[in-house]
Amino acid sequence: MIELRVNGAVHRLDIDPDMPLLWAIRDHIGLTGTKFGCGIAQCGACTVHIDGQPVRSCSLPVSAVAGQAITTIEAAEGPVAKAVQAAWTALDVPQCGYCQSGQVMTTIALLEANRKPSDADIDAALSGNLCRCATYARIRTAVHTAAKALA
Amino acid sequence: MLAKMMTRLANAAPSRRSFMIGSAAAAGGLAVGFRSAEAAGGATGGVTPFNAYMRIAPDSSVTVIAAHMDMGQGIYDGIATLVAEELDADWSQMKAIGGAGNPKLYGNAAWGGAIQGTGGSTGTTSSWERYRIAGAAARQMLVAAAAAEWRVPAAEIRVAKGLISHASGRSAGFGELAAKAAALRAPASVTLKDPKDWVLIGNDKLRRLDSMAKSSGRMDYTIDVKLPGMLTAVPIHPPLFGATLTSFDAAKAKAIKGVVDVVQHPRGLAVVAVDMWSALKGREAVTAVWDDSKAENRSSADLAREYRALALKPGLAVARNEGNAEAAIAGAARTIEATFEFPYIAHAALEPLNAVVRRNADGTIDIWGGHQMPDIYQGTAAAIAGVPPSQVTMHVMKTGGSFGRRAVIDADVIVEAVAVAKAIDFRAPVKLQWTREDDMRAGRYRPAYVHRLKAGVDRDGRIVGWYNHIVGQSIVAGTPFAAGLVKNGVDMTSVEGANNLPYRFAAQKVDLTTTQTGVPVLWWRAVGSTHTAYAVEVFLDEVAALTGKDPYEYRMSLLDPASKHARVLKLAAEKAGWGSALPAGRFRGIALAESFDTEVAQVVEIAMRPDGSFKVERVVCAVHCGVAVNPDNIRAQMEGGIGFGLGAVMKSQTTLDKGRVVETNFDSHEVLRFDEMPVVEVHIMPSTDVPTGVGEPGVPPIGPAVANAVFAATKRRLHVLPFARVENA
Repeated sequence: MIELRVNGAVHRLDIDPDMPLLWAIRDHIGLTGTKFGCGIAQCGACTVHIDGQPVRSCSLPVSAVAGQAITTIEAAEGPVAKAVQAAWTALDVPQCGYCQSGQVMTTIALLEANRKPSDADIDAALSGNLCRCATYARIRTAVHTAAKALA
Repeated sequence: MLAKMMTRLANAAPSRRSFMIGSAAAAGGLAVGFRSAEAAGGATGGVTPFNAYMRIAPDSSVTVIAAHMDMGQGIYDGIATLVAEELDADWSQMKAIGGAGNPKLYGNAAWGGAIQGTGGSTGTTSSWERYRIAGAAARQMLVAAAAAEWRVPAAEIRVAKGLISHASGRSAGFGELAAKAAALRAPASVTLKDPKDWVLIGNDKLRRLDSMAKSSGRMDYTIDVKLPGMLTAVPIHPPLFGATLTSFDAAKAKAIKGVVDVVQHPRGLAVVAVDMWSALKGREAVTAVWDDSKAENRSSADLAREYRALALKPGLAVARNEGNAEAAIAGAARTIEATFEFPYIAHAALEPLNAVVRRNADGTIDIWGGHQMPDIYQGTAAAIAGVPPSQVTMHVMKTGGSFGRRAVIDADVIVEAVAVAKAIDFRAPVKLQWTREDDMRAGRYRPAYVHRLKAGVDRDGRIVGWYNHIVGQSIVAGTPFAAGLVKNGVDMTSVEGANNLPYRFAAQKVDLTTTQTGVPVLWWRAVGSTHTAYAVEVFLDEVAALTGKDPYEYRMSLLDPASKHARVLKLAAEKAGWGSALPAGRFRGIALAESFDTEVAQVVEIAMRPDGSFKVERVVCAVHCGVAVNPDNIRAQMEGGIGFGLGAVMKSQTTLDKGRVVETNFDSHEVLRFDEMPVVEVHIMPSTDVPTGVGEPGVPPIGPAVANAVFAATKRRLHVLPFARVENA
């Protein structure tokens, strides 16, 4: 039995300890906002928060995160999440949208830690999140927009 | 190009049709559709809710049923805009879903209407009349219902922002009158709005309908489909293209907890399990023996060598021939020649390929997926399942990208998903889910090409002869579409963007040598122009440099000044300040390309770094695409096309090592990352023309524009793609 604390709820799951957190979240807890893109922590579509830090859930075995506070896009709440999603929609950032859960989760973690990120800070935070539609320029603007809204 | 292909395929000429309009009551509301006169003359009865274009619910929400798949390009919003405009709906009441299963309703009008499909940047063109007429018809029926209800003349009724009203003070939302409107006879004809009355078409303030869902993890893609008892399957494909299965041993895999079965299907094997992780673990435990005797085992370097040798010979087919180009070049005052090399490239859409299949108790079948060609997939699925196509329902999901990959004539992923479900006797719904590695290894790449170009100029620098020999695989050869698309040995998708240039050359010849390999290939966002525009626009820059002319002025001298090409080029140059001084270390490049009847010019600005590398800092893009239905989405598509194309020319390639795919995930198949994205400024040329597509045309000019800027900076020409290749060092 693995005990996962996801979005404030405790899930006791009879799953392989080696199962990546991504598949536990998607297939066993039923939260599918977190996406599968590469499986090797190269694209960022699977980004969730563990104790507020952005991590790639596709490459973290559940045994390594048992008991820790995991947050997925479904529970992205609070003023920062709200500001980020407001900026994302105001600027129509998403195209296909498949990477955006990860982009949003990475951005929330960035702004929680740094309320006034520079372009270099944004580059550093988001360069691990691929967007094949190349919405990067709008993401950058949206990050600044959200930061201003939070100031 | 897909548009032209499909147009040729269509039985009837794609003439403007006369429309009949019909309607039928949908559950609790109004469904409106219209049929072409030909379709209505057939045996089909009235329009049913399924074959209609919208549903108006009692809560007044208007759900548009889109004939085109949304892979991120925003076509659902475009179609909803067309309907809402004529319906006088409020944007906030609009929704959109995908429709399928009735080519008479959803056939791609820009392809001649015979089959439904999304591709060739035709979605808006195909929808332009169809959905405005549907919206206008629905409006007219709602007005008629209100007139009857209120006993006032229909002419006195106003509709604005979703509210139907009369000077008497009566008013109603669409939902209140939808059921009554549905009972009325559909109008025989409608009058569309004068463009000066548009409030939504061209409105820059409209936002996409799905941005919040996509920013909050609530958008469901095929990978997110959940069905009771559903199993997950992952494929095992041959390690080499063309290898076939000899034998396999699944005993160890079946012993793994969660693995349900290991089955054979026409494209290899699949491991079926209760969840993704069990399927993946099971896959590792399967041993399979493959027969490689007929497999492709050449390396990319071998193919490049062969292609380069072929490029030196005369082409096997002629794609354009005006004047005597070769003689003109031979006799020219000065000549120039260059050979370009393009790699295979995977589409690498972020949602790995997938499909979900369920057989229902009554024997009907449901298939969820990114159905870019739903009629073809429906027929293929029905044949495998052994049911009539009418018993297969295609659920068109929004997809995490596609870039052409989900428009596969042989329906590869659908074949696999249905075959796997059948192999387990349809005893549970099956989600077939590829991994990234499956996606990148399974072929269907943009073909590799070699282009050899030659030009001759006279003493005044005018081009007297232009020659382009293209060597590479055909995308449609061997498919049912070859008959329509390959003419005199020329696959139009191989030469588009090279044999239809707007430039006035005294003589020109475009040759094609089509090669054979075992590597499956496919259209990749902007298709032929992804390589032809690069070779042409870089080489033209070289000719300009040879003659000492400015690259912009030189192009203008070759264009009809009144053409859209000249106008977008001029707009981009003006907005970018072409010719003005730049800060130290900054350099500009320019390129022009028309694809899918949309003209795009781009001026890039690069910043050279001390180590010789560079960053693309700014791109000024001018586009002509007819009426700009959703201007902000046009900008988004240009931005996205630029980023997609830039990543590809800088870094992306799929190479073979003795037939094995080397780049199988994003660690080695590199694409554009966040910090590499330039600032993009998009300028849309005002136009009253029928709208043309924007999903693809942003891609072709970026590569050559950057390469031309690199030349301005370094005097080096980048002839081998991607730029990261050592040959360019």
